[in-house]
Amino acid sequence: MSKSKKIQWTRKHLIGISDLSREEIEFILDTAQGFEKFSTRSIKKVPTLRGKVVVNMFFEDSTRTRNSFTLAASRLSADVIEFTKKSSSVSKGETLIDTAQNLEAMGIDIVVIRHNAGGAPKLLSRSINACVVNAGDGFHEHPTQALLDVYTIRQERGSLDGLKIGIVGDIAHSRVARSDIYAMTKLGAEVTLIGPPTLMPASVKDLPVNVSYSLDDVIEDLDVINMLRIQFERMGGNPFPSVREYSHYFGLTADRIKRAKSDIIVMHPGPINRGLEIESEVADGPNSVILKQVANGLAVRMAVLFLVNQAAVSEGRRN
Amino acid sequence: MAQPVPQKTLIKNGRLIDPRNNIDQIADLYIDDFQVTRIGKKLTDSADHIIDASGKIVAPGLIDIHVHFREPGDEEEETIASGSAAAVAGGYTSVVCMPNTNPPIDEATAVEYIHRMGRQARKTFIHVMGAITKDRAGQELAEMGLMTQAGAVGFTDDGCGVQDTAMMLRAMKYASMFNRVVSQHCEDRSLAKDGVMNAGYNATVLGLPGIDPLAEEMMLWRDVQLVKKTGTRYHAQHISTAGSVKIIREAKAEGLPVTCEVTPHHLLLTEEAIADYDTNYKVNPPLRTQKDIDAIKQAIHDGLIDALASDHAPHLQSEKELEFLTAPCGMVGIECALPLYRKALIDAGVCDWSQMLAMLTWRPAQIIDVEKGSLAVGDRADVVIIDPDAAWTIDAAKFYSKSRNCPYQGWTVKGKVLYTLVAGEIRFQDKG
Repeated sequence: MSKSKKIQWTRKHLIGISDLSREEIEFILDTAQGFEKFSTRSIKKVPTLRGKVVVNMFFEDSTRTRNSFTLAASRLSADVIEFTKKSSSVSKGETLIDTAQNLEAMGIDIVVIRHNAGGAPKLLSRSINACVVNAGDGFHEHPTQALLDVYTIRQERGSLDGLKIGIVGDIAHSRVARSDIYAMTKLGAEVTLIGPPTLMPASVKDLPVNVSYSLDDVIEDLDVINMLRIQFERMGGNPFPSVREYSHYFGLTADRIKRAKSDIIVMHPGPINRGLEIESEVADGPNSVILKQVANGLAVRMAVLFLVNQAAVSEGRRN
Repeated sequence: MAQPVPQKTLIKNGRLIDPRNNIDQIADLYIDDFQVTRIGKKLTDSADHIIDASGKIVAPGLIDIHVHFREPGDEEEETIASGSAAAVAGGYTSVVCMPNTNPPIDEATAVEYIHRMGRQARKTFIHVMGAITKDRAGQELAEMGLMTQAGAVGFTDDGCGVQDTAMMLRAMKYASMFNRVVSQHCEDRSLAKDGVMNAGYNATVLGLPGIDPLAEEMMLWRDVQLVKKTGTRYHAQHISTAGSVKIIREAKAEGLPVTCEVTPHHLLLTEEAIADYDTNYKVNPPLRTQKDIDAIKQAIHDGLIDALASDHAPHLQSEKELEFLTAPCGMVGIECALPLYRKALIDAGVCDWSQMLAMLTWRPAQIIDVEKGSLAVGDRADVVIIDPDAAWTIDAAKFYSKSRNCPYQGWTVKGKVLYTLVAGEIRFQDKG
């Protein structure tokens, strides 16, 4: 595996992959690699963030991402506060900034935020001193998901350079797709977005990707296929006529995968709609790395928490 | 209230630009008994105030046919008093308040209330547009007749367009009885949905729901068909897309009674400003692209745009500090609109002062059918004196407006309002 160039990590916030250089992404992945082995030790904790407070501010339902961050913070010996609130759509009342500044007054070091509004982590990073880690904001970005995705691919193949990666499904409403596009293309992969035109974003032609409306046309060329979850709660209207018709064209079925390369890597950010975007036989089959993604998520999030804290500490020293 | 005492004012040596009367020359202007009484060279009549306007532009007071002064209902953002003070500081002697207040201006006593607050503020002249439909809900006609009697200069559900085509047709037929203009915020909600910015590249990468230009153009096109059917005078507010320009161009070529306005922000800012979720750039219609700006400027050059309007829309800082999805739409700008137009139009070679001032004076006056925007002898002395080349830096903290949601903060611009006279009375004077 390629060792990244020595760089100085200076970011105390992780808002999106779009901000990062290839070197920074590789630096996070290499750091994560160092944390990966802790999961297999009998004593899984390190004292890196002892005495630090991490707040999980989740304004949207999440199980695996939140658990992953909680566990990552605990393994680094941080104290973790869970803050869960349905974000309100009204414009008057306690604002996000109020809430965060209140928490900050209690002395917190890192805020991990999940929010239904794109830009909420950015807004937060402008208004508090603590580190801000984006755990998914609206349709904007989900940087740690993309990092664990490219980490997993790198683990399997050594490098992303020259790989052909397909991302299938609801691109328009997917923060995972956006972060993946940046991470994968910056690491040298060629990305093709696959789905019906009604699930493509407005300006898809301006992104550094190929677009295909037919999974069958492109599946044979792919080295990696990432099946996005169909998120009925986000789509609005009916962008496709029925689940049956969607699966017919874009579902990763056992039949369809037979036409792919034999070593194609099958990914899914979870949670899976079995039988909708992916058949169980494929999700649980030999090409699937879905559970490895989950395991790697932990190492990647440990690396991110570690790095942003380090940047904040050295910024504090400088000031 | 005490009766105002007529003041005699002599404005000397200014460059008098009165586009209504095709005047652009150095002249003195004498004001007495609230009106222009003499125009000429080297006037020497005695006066209460003598203003040396050498090197300055003297023009009819500006008219802004699209402002939000938030009263009643959101007085923490703006009041008619604070908005009026902001207006005269911007050179505006008349403004038209939009009816999307809380409660909305949808019946005659509300119209009278706005007028009364305007008289009490005693700064700019306050006109009002009433709502087309009750509660601006798009369902039932509001009392357009009684509001007309109370002085409403037109009707609009501004903030949202009338969605239902049959409802809009009925409104236009009914409004024709009173010869008032029907004015539309063109936006098809079924297309715009929960969009918060132009449906372009930045919306895609920021993951924000977009508003396709079609949302504006579909409603504008529909309304033009209704104008053909009814003959009612129709005004399209704040057009923002190249497609809308094309629809206006065609409607005017057919001779239909269709007018339109554009704002400073749709001439100077694009969607690219929203790269970092800055809510001061969140506005509806949204900021579009350079291609749209170019089309609008071409339309101005061709004389197709009837009015320049600020769409002055104050909001609390605490609300603008919300998530981009949640923060309200709109920006303040009435106090810096004139230099912004200069920057967008004159400096860019799109039009000259006389053409620009026409869109700020008599042409908007025609849309709302009032006898204003002209400085002939006998006209009411609504006058603005402008230093066309004075450079200054926009600082929202110094605005008379109560709100600070200004995307032009820190811009250095050229063109400064020195005096604003309403009915012959100096209501604003620049303190340097």
